[in-house]
Amino acid sequence: MTALDRRTSLSIFQRMLMIRHFEEAVIELFKQGRFVSHYHIYIGQEATGGAVLEALGENDLICTTHRNHGHIIGRGCDPNRAMAEILGRATGFNGGRGGTLHISDPAHGFLSTSAVVGGCSGLATGAAYGLKVRRQPHVAVGFFGDGALEEGLVIESFNIAALWKLPVVYVCENNSAGAAGPQQGGYPTAITATDSFTRLPAAYGIHCVKVDGTDMNAVHGAATDAVHRCRNGDGPVFIEAFTVRWPGSSPLWPELATATDLPSAWDATRIAGPHADWLRGHDPLLRAARELAAAGHATADELLARDKDARVRIAAATKFAIDSPMPRPETVGDHVFA
Amino acid sequence: MRKISYAAAIVEALRTSLAEDPRVSLVGSYVLGLGPKRVLMDPIRAEFPDRIYDPPTSEAAIVSLGAGAAMAGARPFVDIGTASFSYVGWSPLVNEAAVAHHMSNGAVRVPVVYHMLHGLRGGGAAQHSHSPQAMLWNAAGLEIVLPSSPYDVKGLIRSAIKSDNPTVFVNHARLMDIEGDVPEEDYAIPFGRGDIKRKGRDVTLIATSYIVQTALAAAETLAGEGIEIEVVDPRTLVPLDRDLLLQSVGRTGRLVVADETNLSCGIASELSAIVAEHGFRSLRAPIMRVARPNVPTPFSQPLEQAITPTSDKICDAVRKIMTWS
Repeated sequence: MTALDRRTSLSIFQRMLMIRHFEEAVIELFKQGRFVSHYHIYIGQEATGGAVLEALGENDLICTTHRNHGHIIGRGCDPNRAMAEILGRATGFNGGRGGTLHISDPAHGFLSTSAVVGGCSGLATGAAYGLKVRRQPHVAVGFFGDGALEEGLVIESFNIAALWKLPVVYVCENNSAGAAGPQQGGYPTAITATDSFTRLPAAYGIHCVKVDGTDMNAVHGAATDAVHRCRNGDGPVFIEAFTVRWPGSSPLWPELATATDLPSAWDATRIAGPHADWLRGHDPLLRAARELAAAGHATADELLARDKDARVRIAAATKFAIDSPMPRPETVGDHVFA
Repeated sequence: MRKISYAAAIVEALRTSLAEDPRVSLVGSYVLGLGPKRVLMDPIRAEFPDRIYDPPTSEAAIVSLGAGAAMAGARPFVDIGTASFSYVGWSPLVNEAAVAHHMSNGAVRVPVVYHMLHGLRGGGAAQHSHSPQAMLWNAAGLEIVLPSSPYDVKGLIRSAIKSDNPTVFVNHARLMDIEGDVPEEDYAIPFGRGDIKRKGRDVTLIATSYIVQTALAAAETLAGEGIEIEVVDPRTLVPLDRDLLLQSVGRTGRLVVADETNLSCGIASELSAIVAEHGFRSLRAPIMRVARPNVPTPFSQPLEQAITPTSDKICDAVRKIMTWS
């Protein structure tokens, strides 16, 4: 695989930074009691979302799953309105009606977050059908976790996408490795009899790729090829991106303090504590920073300046969200029908 | 006026919609069922080969596909076939299509039509006879259409495909062969406008779908006994023409509701509650419901007949409230 050029790799890194600081802010806001819900954090998977979204064009369509914050921020959608949505504010993307589990921004091709496991795969397949039947040269991307492969709807959608050669890229973010699982009081992990998820789409003749989901080079290469195949009319592609589960997701509520320390990317002596192995070996943001510096694409100071800018931007989004008004109760019946 | 079959009226409306708007497509082309009338679809298949897709038997995936395609700007008409199978696609129907507009604060639109054939068809037994429209009425966000005549089905399909909302189009296999007056020119029947199928002064009889035909037969019988029935067809449940129903009961003072959905939490129950709540002063007798008892549909004909809302049962209900004091 050819290494990414400077502009592309820095663009992916920028998306990853924004995602990381956004998610850290969400955790902090929840600890402060600023919103009521369960929620899902994307930390540990930023290279997958960042690189896939980098490979898309502005007219491509996205449907995603409950672990959606990374995708909405990685797409470049307004973090102010995303954070306001998570806090249930009237200024959120969806006026507080969607919340963390249902953010959408169709103006940027972000059609839906379905919190029904596997639900987005059918919607993404449908979006691809819509593109095909309207003869539009774009692609649809469906993000979901490995648990989605337990759902019949997902398998049915593979069959239809393959039959009709639909321009859809399925991005399965397999984050089960290293997860505590229910026995240890953590999030559920995949419960499956197959030893490889790619066997399922492959059975329908869908082109499948496995990549290291913490390697932005590998993910971007796979996603670029997938988008190219779809635009070429070659039909759907399934990308399985492997990441090691962020320890903060165990136990069930994220309790790990994750004030990401970017200099530890190039100074491993700064890493300590119970999660040192994950930070050293599996944190995609630290890995990306290390690789950017090693490739000479950016100096440490330049990366730190970007890190600081991202923090400032997310702090502004947090302030915007907190300062925004709640929706008025009398509007509850709005938008049931167009 | 020209008389054509209900099935032919469906085909006419689909053809006009496909010809008029390139965003329209059919996911599933056995809209008329698998009976002899299915061949009426052949000309459409030939005329629009790139916009007619016959999917695998995957109800969940095609319901989801329809929702996603609509979000992406297409206008799919998705045929689920026998309404009992819609349950397989229930999650994308009520969890995706119905809610996307609301949970996006109006940013996302889902202009999809889900077509299905409901009801007691004769020997359908427990797994081919469901009428899920009352359950769907319980899921906020779906428009629900229940035509009862060739004229109505043509105009309502035109409106369903033009609608920006997810629409469940509930047809009945027993209606397919019915002949009626249908203009050749294009027309659309707006949602939320019911129709008085027969005028009468004594009793309002609200009915939907195929039971409108049953109700008209009952009205004919009762006319011979000197009882004048007003048969009112809401045509769409969502939106509902509440005023038409209440105005009719305001004139007659008596109400029977006849419908194929189950008695408990069914269409007859909801319409009765609306009239009881908002038209109580008009009522001179209790409201009677003629609906399907809460029994899984049996196969054998005497048993199936026992749960079918028939003309005889409607007549009995009317006679009962005519003598109530």
